[in-house]
Amino acid sequence: MAQEITLTVNGATRTNQVEPRLLLADYLRSVLDLTGTHVGCDTSNCGACTVSLNGDAVKSCTVFAVQADGADVTTLEGLASDDGTLHPIQEGFWEKHGLQCGFCTPGMIMSSLDLLSKNPNPTEAEIREGLSGNLCRCTGYHNIVLAVQFAAEKMNSGS
Amino acid sequence: MVTSSFDYYAPTSVADALALLDQHGDDAKLLAGGHSLIPLMKTRLAEPAVLIDLGKISTLSYINEQDGGLAIGAMTTYSEIAGSELVQSNAPVLAEASGQVADNQIRNRGTIGGSLSHSDPAGDLPAVALALGAQLTTSSSGAHRTISADDFFVDLLTTALEPNEILSEIVIPALPAGTGTAYAKFANKASHYAVVGVAAVVTVGSDGTCQSARIGITGAGPKATRATGTESALVGSNLDDSAVRAAASHAGDGIDFNEDVHASGEYRAHLISVYAARAIRAAVENAS
Ligand SMILES: Cc1cc2nc3c(=O)[nH]c(=O)nc-3n(C[C@H](O)[C@H](O)[C@H](O)COP(=O)(O)OP(=O)(O)OC[C@H]3O[C@@H](n4cnc5c(N)ncnc54)[C@H](O)[C@@H]3O)c2cc1C
Ligand code: FES
Ligand code: FES
Repeated sequence: MAQEITLTVNGATRTNQVEPRLLLADYLRSVLDLTGTHVGCDTSNCGACTVSLNGDAVKSCTVFAVQADGADVTTLEGLASDDGTLHPIQEGFWEKHGLQCGFCTPGMIMSSLDLLSKNPNPTEAEIREGLSGNLCRCTGYHNIVLAVQFAAEKMNSGS
Repeated sequence: MVTSSFDYYAPTSVADALALLDQHGDDAKLLAGGHSLIPLMKTRLAEPAVLIDLGKISTLSYINEQDGGLAIGAMTTYSEIAGSELVQSNAPVLAEASGQVADNQIRNRGTIGGSLSHSDPAGDLPAVALALGAQLTTSSSGAHRTISADDFFVDLLTTALEPNEILSEIVIPALPAGTGTAYAKFANKASHYAVVGVAAVVTVGSDGTCQSARIGITGAGPKATRATGTESALVGSNLDDSAVRAAASHAGDGIDFNEDVHASGEYRAHLISVYAARAIRAAVENAS
C-alpha cells in the first residue's frame, strides 16, 4: 500500500506517494528524475548511490524512501550554485582529472563532502579510508585523492 | 533489486513499537540501520510482511556515562560510537572496533543494537560486547530483562532475544584501574567483515602480572565466543612475549571453524592465534 512521504531534496520540499519497498536510490532516480545518483552494485558495496541524508553520507540503495520521510537529502545535483559555479569538490575532480568513465564520480563526490565536512584537513590516509566505501574501476584512485586535496585546500582558504 | 512487499510502520516510542510487535507477531521484523536486513530482503532470504522501523524513536539513540561505564541506546550508530570521546575514554575498544566496521556510509547507518541482535558470525561488535562484559537490556510489553553478553549469542544469527522483545540498551561496566583494551582484526578486503577479529580487555597489576583478562573472538566460528582457554592462561602470567604467545595459542580451542570462500578452517585456526596475540599485546600496551 502506498504511503505519503514528505522530505527536502536539494532544498525543495517534495511530497509523494510511494510503496514502502521503493529504495531511496530508485525514488531519487525514477520519481524525482535526479539521475545523478547512480546505482552500481545494488548490494551496498560500491557507493555509487551515495547521497547525504541529514548531513551524513549513506548508500541510498540500502535505505527505503519511507525511512527518509521528514529528512533533508542532498544529491549531486544539489552541489553546484544556481549560476552553474561548481562546488569546490566538483572543481577538484575537474582540475585533477579525478575521473575516467565518471560512473563512480557522484558517489565519490558525495562521500568527499561528508569527509570534508567532518574533517576539513584530512591526511592522504584519511582520504583513502574516508572513501573506502566507494569503488572506482577506472582511475586507480590516485587522482581522486588529488581532487579531494584540491577541494580541501580551496574550501579552507574560503575562496 | 526489489524486495517483497511489506507494510511499514515508523513508531515514535518504544511502547508503540512493542504494541506493533505484539500485534503482528511472527510476520513482523524490526528495522534498525537496515544494513544487514535490507540486503537480505533484496535477495529475498528475508520476506517480512511488516517492517517496524525503530529509526524514528529518538529515545533509543544516546551515549551516557553510567557508574564509570557506559549506557548506550540500541539505535546509536557506529559513527556516533567511534566519534564519542566518552566511549574513547570509558570503553576504548568499542570506539576502535566501531571505527573499523565496513566503511563510512555503512557506519553512518548501522547500529550497535542491530549488530548485536543480528549476531552475524563475522560481525565486529559481538566480540567487543563479550570482552567488555556488556549487559544487554531488552524491552517487551510491560517488562524489561537484562541478558549478559555471555548468554546473548546463542548460535549462527541467533540470540537470546524473544520475538516480542526489543534490545533497547547496552550497559558497559567501568573498567578497573590498570586495564587496557584493543581490537585486532583480519578484515575481508572488500567488505571489511572480520575473517577473524579479537577484542581484548586486560587488567595489569602494579607488579606487571595479569590480574584479569576477557577475550572475545569473532569470525572464527558460527558465533562470537570468549576464548576462555586464553583468558585462564593469561591470568597470573607476567604477560611477556612467550606468555602472550602461549595463551594466544588457545584462542581457537573448541571452535568449529567456519570454512568459506574467504578462508579455510585451517587458515582461520592459524589467524585466530596470531590476532589474539596482537590484540593482547596492544591491550597490555594500552594499560600502561
Ligand atoms: C557491504 C557491507 C559491509 C559490512 N561490513 C561489516 C563489518 O566490517 N563489520 C561488521 O560488524 N558489520 C558489517 N556489516 C554489517 C553492518 O554492520 C550492519 O549494520 C549490522 O550487522 C546490522 O545493524 P543494523 O543496524 O543495520 O541492523 P538491521 O539490518 O536493521 O537489523 C539486523 C537484524 O537485527 C534485528 N534488530 C535490529 N535492531 C534490533 C533491536 N534493537 N532489537 C531487536 N532486534 C533488532 C532486525 O530485526 C534484523 O533481524 C556490513 C554490511 C554491509 C552491507
Ligand atoms: S549501488 Fe548502492 S552501494 Fe552500490
Ligand atoms: S571513473 Fe570509472 S568507475 Fe570511477
